[in-house]
Amino acid sequence: MTPRLFYRKATNYVMLTLTGLCALVAVGILFFILGYLLWNGGTSLNLDFFTKLPVPVGESGGGMANALVGTGKLLLIASLVGVPIGFLGGVYLSEYGGSTFSFLVRYMTDLLNGVPSIVIGIFAYTVIILRQHHFSTLAGGIALGIMMIPIAVRSSEEFLRAVPASLREAAVALGASKSRAIVTVVIPAALDAIITGIMLDLARVAGETAPLIFTAFGNQFWSPGWNQPTSSLPVMIYSYAISPYDEWHRQAWSAGFVLLSLVLFVNVFSRLVLARKGHARS
Amino acid sequence: MENPIRVTSVTGTTPGSSALPRGAEAGSKGAGTAELKLRASNLNFFYGKFQALHDINLDIHENRVTAFIGPSGCGKSTFLRTLNRMHEMVRNTRVEGEVELDGQDIFGLEVSQLRRRVGMVFQKSNPFPKSIFDNVAYGLRVNGFAGGKPLHDAVESSLRRAALWEEVKDKLNDSAYSLSGGQQQRLCIARALAVNPEVLLLDEPCSALDPIATAKIEDLIFQLKDSCTLVIVTHNMQQAARVAEYTGFFLLGRLVEFDKTTTIFKNPAQKETEDYVTGRFG
Amino acid sequence: METSEISTNRARSPERARRFSDRLASGDTAANLIVFLAAASIVFITSWIVFELYRNSAASRHEFGWSFLTGSSWDPVNEHYGALPFIYGTIVTSALALLMAIPFGVGAAIFLAELAPPRISNALTFLIELLAAVPSVIYGLLGIFVLVPMLKSAEPAIRATLGFLPFFKGPFYGVSLLAAGFVLAVMIVPFIISISREVLLAVPADQREAALALGATKWESTWDIVVPFAGKGIVGSIFLALARSLGETMAVTMVIGNTPQISMSLFAPGYSIAAVIANEFAEASSEMLRSTLIELGMVLFALTFLINGFARILIITTSKKGNAT
Ligand SMILES: Nc1ncnc2c1ncn2[C@@H]1O[C@H](COP(=O)(O)OP(=O)(O)OP(=O)(O)O)[C@@H](O)[C@H]1O
Ligand SMILES: [Mg+2]
Repeated sequence: MTPRLFYRKATNYVMLTLTGLCALVAVGILFFILGYLLWNGGTSLNLDFFTKLPVPVGESGGGMANALVGTGKLLLIASLVGVPIGFLGGVYLSEYGGSTFSFLVRYMTDLLNGVPSIVIGIFAYTVIILRQHHFSTLAGGIALGIMMIPIAVRSSEEFLRAVPASLREAAVALGASKSRAIVTVVIPAALDAIITGIMLDLARVAGETAPLIFTAFGNQFWSPGWNQPTSSLPVMIYSYAISPYDEWHRQAWSAGFVLLSLVLFVNVFSRLVLARKGHARS
Repeated sequence: MENPIRVTSVTGTTPGSSALPRGAEAGSKGAGTAELKLRASNLNFFYGKFQALHDINLDIHENRVTAFIGPSGCGKSTFLRTLNRMHEMVRNTRVEGEVELDGQDIFGLEVSQLRRRVGMVFQKSNPFPKSIFDNVAYGLRVNGFAGGKPLHDAVESSLRRAALWEEVKDKLNDSAYSLSGGQQQRLCIARALAVNPEVLLLDEPCSALDPIATAKIEDLIFQLKDSCTLVIVTHNMQQAARVAEYTGFFLLGRLVEFDKTTTIFKNPAQKETEDYVTGRFG
Repeated sequence: METSEISTNRARSPERARRFSDRLASGDTAANLIVFLAAASIVFITSWIVFELYRNSAASRHEFGWSFLTGSSWDPVNEHYGALPFIYGTIVTSALALLMAIPFGVGAAIFLAELAPPRISNALTFLIELLAAVPSVIYGLLGIFVLVPMLKSAEPAIRATLGFLPFFKGPFYGVSLLAAGFVLAVMIVPFIISISREVLLAVPADQREAALALGATKWESTWDIVVPFAGKGIVGSIFLALARSLGETMAVTMVIGNTPQISMSLFAPGYSIAAVIANEFAEASSEMLRSTLIELGMVLFALTFLINGFARILIITTSKKGNAT
């Protein structure tokens, strides 16, 4: 073997190994995060976390029941805002699109997707909080809902487009109008994938903190109705983590563990479902 | 060309396989007495700037089978799709000229009404991802048929007309995708028949099927002739000879010759037709 | 085309009108209207966001003008605000993050797209995409309690090896530009990996085969042929990651130290645009402070807008190139 060939072969193996290491470390980080949260948060997690309200500094125990409910309420409002607009917008792009206007819609959707979440928070603040003069669940939910729109549009459009044109043709050839064909054939054929996409979207905004800090704000107690400040899991993690109290840090770990489990569970489940569907289709 | 080779074996397996004389005989029998069903006059068709059909003039007779043959890309599907305005599903298409159904301009009819009267079966079977029953019931429901016994009866009779009832009567609620390819294609025919079309357009309905399934569909075409006008596109010249009374030969977007099937195959007027039917042509 | 000339007089002009009546009769118009409104509302909301940012930052823009971007004092008492420390912190932490994430992310993407067997590649990509789904507040949590102490204990080693550089001078408390850059790097690596991998996978197979057929090693064909071919797309993925890290709020807020200052040293605490908005907005007592924070939001929006747009152009042009060949 000439020195030159040896050098080339050696470089080959060294570089291949290095890139493999990069990939492994990236995956390692995931397992580190999971393991660390499990160890730190899972161990301090107990039933109280899910059933009790936070307790004042100095007392031990307590939980984050109000934050769990708060996150649930925020996500409900977010879905009410984001899903109809996103889904129907996706239907528009996939079924009625093709014009200059759909180019504009697509462009604006991409733009919205790139808006930093904190800026969405500012927007919700200026249009809702400034008028109401107090923080509210509603404002936080709307901020999250706006964040849901771009992904809902994109995934709905993508899955609707994946429905074979032959099905549309079959429906139309039987005398169905375009809208009828869309409602009775195209959407049902893509529905489970679309729902999965929306679940992923929800999981993404469930962990959003920045747009909530000055919209939903926080609350040490239950938040009645929809028009009061409410605590939420991510904001609780944030404010407890930056507090100086060890007991609160423990609570933050527990909350982090719960939030991450939720998010990852939805992600793993949805991605497996989508992967299997993709398989069945091809 | 591989078609003739495959086809000869088909002829062997077709029940009552002296099919060619049978079609020819039928053609000579009825040609004079049949009523005019569809008429295309001076029909030009454009995909954007590309002209796919040039000045097509032809008459299609009631209760007859009319076949179109011609090399790939010559415009057979395009012509067929114009007959029930399916081309409107494709962006940027333009039609000039006239098509009349029972003397009425089809472009003046309400489009879903037209498509109910002029049904279509596609090259690749395209059942909806629904149950067998719902597939057949689809067109009925679209056309305002409520559920219950009448719907069930209508579904049954369509499946019987498509010679599929015996095979599926015990599993009407199974997914249509559980059927074999040939069964799926007959299901699509049953689905098209359910709305009682006056004309049924079939675009290479057997091209994806094995000889036995093909034979079944050809039998079906014979039976359907009594109740409906059939127009079939096929790549398989023996098939055209077997099933059709009239045959049109398309070449490069022009209707080169249109006549009784026997004439086209035995005594064509045009040199191109002769070359094609004798296999001397790509 | 002679035929088209002959038959132009037969072209059906009432076609449009007929189709409209068809649609009306079948309820298509209503459906069309509903989805159109949904689509239009997306355009409306996005424009509205821009409008609100612009309108509500008016006070600050009038007061400080362009010098807002270059001023470095942050003085709530006298209501004098300059954005430079925040812009500086945002850019430095993001640049630092890119510096760490690029070799790593591109390396991993090369491995996943070119070298790993498809099954392993898919499994690893699945896990890496999960990493992208981890909420940023979780990264912040780990940043505070894991990364900062780790950096603290690594401090002597860093000083011993790199201490001669101006970037590693001064006291080190853990929370710092360095810590923020680190957290951001971890957060954007999954983006770089998954987008770069897709761009690499889109490189036509014949490119590789040609190189291999000439006797190149696997690495040579990858590095000399495939990576340059996908180069623009990879750069695009890096810019997308950059846009994301510029706007990243929680994780940065939790570890950057929240001190509005401009310091050469990465050991020093700093502040970012997103972090100052997160910290001050809820309690902003004066109109002017609020308006200033909104103007900062607008600056952030403009930055991410430009970078995202640039990234998209790069990615689109490479995937076109892949399709054409
Ligand atoms: N959607 C379309 N857009 C543009 N051109 C088209 C489109 N569909 C068909 N064409 C063109 O129109 C011509 C006729 O196509 P058509 O599908 O009618 O041919 P065909 O005779 O049915 O062929 P085949 O036997 O392969 O099905 C072809 O040249 C084809 O390229
Ligand atoms: Mg065809």
